[in-house]
Amino acid sequence: MIAQSPPPLQTKKIRRSLWGIKTQDMIANFLTTIVLAAGGVVIIMPLLFMISTALKDRNQLRQVPPLLIPQEITTVKVNGEDEPLYNVTVDGQSRQMALIKNLPGGKGRFVDPQNPNDVQDLAIAGQSAVRQLEMHFENIPEALTQMKFGQRLVNTLLVTFIGMAGVLFSCSLVAYGFSRFRAPWLNVLFIVLLSTIMLPSQVRLIPTYVLFQKLGWVDTLLPLIVPAFFANAYDVFLLRQFFMTIPLELDDAAKIDGASPLEILMYVILPQARPALVTVAIFHFLYAWNDFYEPLIYLHSPENWTLAVGLQTFDALYAQNTHLIMAASLIMILPPIILFFLAQRIFTQGIVFTGLKQ
Amino acid sequence: MNLVKIHRPRISMSRRESLWAYATISPWIIGFLVFILGPMIASLYFSFTEYNIIDAPRWIGLQNYQKVLTDPFFWHSLGVTLKFAVFALPLNLVFGFMIAVLLNQKIRGLKIWRTVYYLPSVVAGVAVALLFVRIFSPSQGILNPFLKLFGIEGPHWFDDPNWSVPALVIMSLWSVGGGMIIYLAGLQGVPTDLYDAAKVDGANRAQRFRFVTLPMVSPVIFYNLVMGLIGTFQYFTEVYVISAGTGGPVRSTLFYNLYLYQNAFRYFKMGYASTMAWILFLIVVILTLLVFRSSSYWVYYEGQLRGRH
Repeated sequence: MIAQSPPPLQTKKIRRSLWGIKTQDMIANFLTTIVLAAGGVVIIMPLLFMISTALKDRNQLRQVPPLLIPQEITTVKVNGEDEPLYNVTVDGQSRQMALIKNLPGGKGRFVDPQNPNDVQDLAIAGQSAVRQLEMHFENIPEALTQMKFGQRLVNTLLVTFIGMAGVLFSCSLVAYGFSRFRAPWLNVLFIVLLSTIMLPSQVRLIPTYVLFQKLGWVDTLLPLIVPAFFANAYDVFLLRQFFMTIPLELDDAAKIDGASPLEILMYVILPQARPALVTVAIFHFLYAWNDFYEPLIYLHSPENWTLAVGLQTFDALYAQNTHLIMAASLIMILPPIILFFLAQRIFTQGIVFTGLKQ
Repeated sequence: MNLVKIHRPRISMSRRESLWAYATISPWIIGFLVFILGPMIASLYFSFTEYNIIDAPRWIGLQNYQKVLTDPFFWHSLGVTLKFAVFALPLNLVFGFMIAVLLNQKIRGLKIWRTVYYLPSVVAGVAVALLFVRIFSPSQGILNPFLKLFGIEGPHWFDDPNWSVPALVIMSLWSVGGGMIIYLAGLQGVPTDLYDAAKVDGANRAQRFRFVTLPMVSPVIFYNLVMGLIGTFQYFTEVYVISAGTGGPVRSTLFYNLYLYQNAFRYFKMGYASTMAWILFLIVVILTLLVFRSSSYWVYYEGQLRGRH
């Protein structure tokens, strides 16, 4: 009844399709890698440009197009003067000679540094200057002094770390409340909390500013620190999602041992929730470190500025000092980058967002 | 007696639970009242007043709203913001999603690529804006020499009012990794048995992508789109830095939020700025509702399936 297909043919067929899938996958993977690598170069290039610009001096900045490796034309002493050294081709032989004089018609007078009497007049365009690596690490301390880095760093660290403590304290307490207790209207309040994520901050900006002004807090760090102690929707949500995964049996066991709800939070929930707490701490660090809008609005005197405001002002005053601006920028982005490499798993797993899918 | 004894602790226990609930969430309740709800109501009030912070607000009715509608810079700033949104949002969505799909393949060096692409997202802010001003610089930058390799004469980007917004769009693409990581989390959440089932049904690569991957991650795309939309109206640091707060050249980067900031903290027109803030709020609500409305056509929620059966 059922038609029997000859077995050998079938195996052949399967084998062929298997081979086909394998090559297909290999080609696909190869193309994927190529595309990713090309994109990766585009992503990394700006950072390399920043590093290289930060290490150049004024003279090197004038090179067009800019060189990605900070280099300077090598000079040699000829008759007591520094002259640029060139790789020149004379009679089919290549040798190194110094350019001592520009001549009309795009030509130049080259001499052998060892033997100043050996003079050749050659077209400059055909020769290439000898360059050497020359990095100006002194740009970094100079930039830091000029932008008053120390003071701004202290302000930034105060805002960042006191704020971080505030966020961790308030958000874990609130998240605990939303994840472990039942009470009338609690669900409604949670929806209100969530909806504040979508609220554009401008709509509360001006009265908040007026409030801080009336309190005499404008031009102090307080407006940047105090709100952190009153929880925020993102972090409460993230922590609540995490707390919900901690089994209630642990709470019950502690309860039987006579622990109060606060003790349960301290000794049961928080130790279990370390990954989530670390995530909240890291994201708050990045937010506070990079934040520009609020410090710009609230901090008026230079001695109160954070790094972000200090850096922007430094640029507004000395924009032509590209090398120093880039040196200061490099220092500014270094802590987030170091943190990123230390805590890569937390960033690239996107835990922060997975909860939001529900 | 007995009954009462058993009964009483029960009531007080649930009451005690409620008390604990409200006590623990009280930091947020206070914060919500003092820093969100109160200021929202106050700014709605300010929007009907003339207010320069020094003198008390003076009620002027709808005058601010009338003034906004006839303010050419208001419309201009709205236009700049929408122009940026129309290009930046779809491009970020497509690139972010494409990279996430590529990173979801089983290829070698996955961790390295993930790191490389996400890296720009952690360094956002002033330093990055300062860097890109220099990258786009026609005299010192690296972008135009790079374009020249392909025979393209690059424009003057941030010095040219026609090219400053495109430059910002390109700049925004550098940190595409932030969206990418969310898409990637979404892609990794797609159950493999769905792909297996589709394979059994004879679906090829493209069909599996179209009929399994896309619907399953559409909620994530939706989430990114809504947050991106709200974010565009908050766009500030980058344009403030590249134009030193002016919105230049020739107001070509006068984004909505920058114009609002100028009104509030440069000209101290707090009432007018509050009006702008509330109009912004309405625009965001309307746009978000539109996206939500459209979402029933293209966003797939797993729960729907369960509901249908």
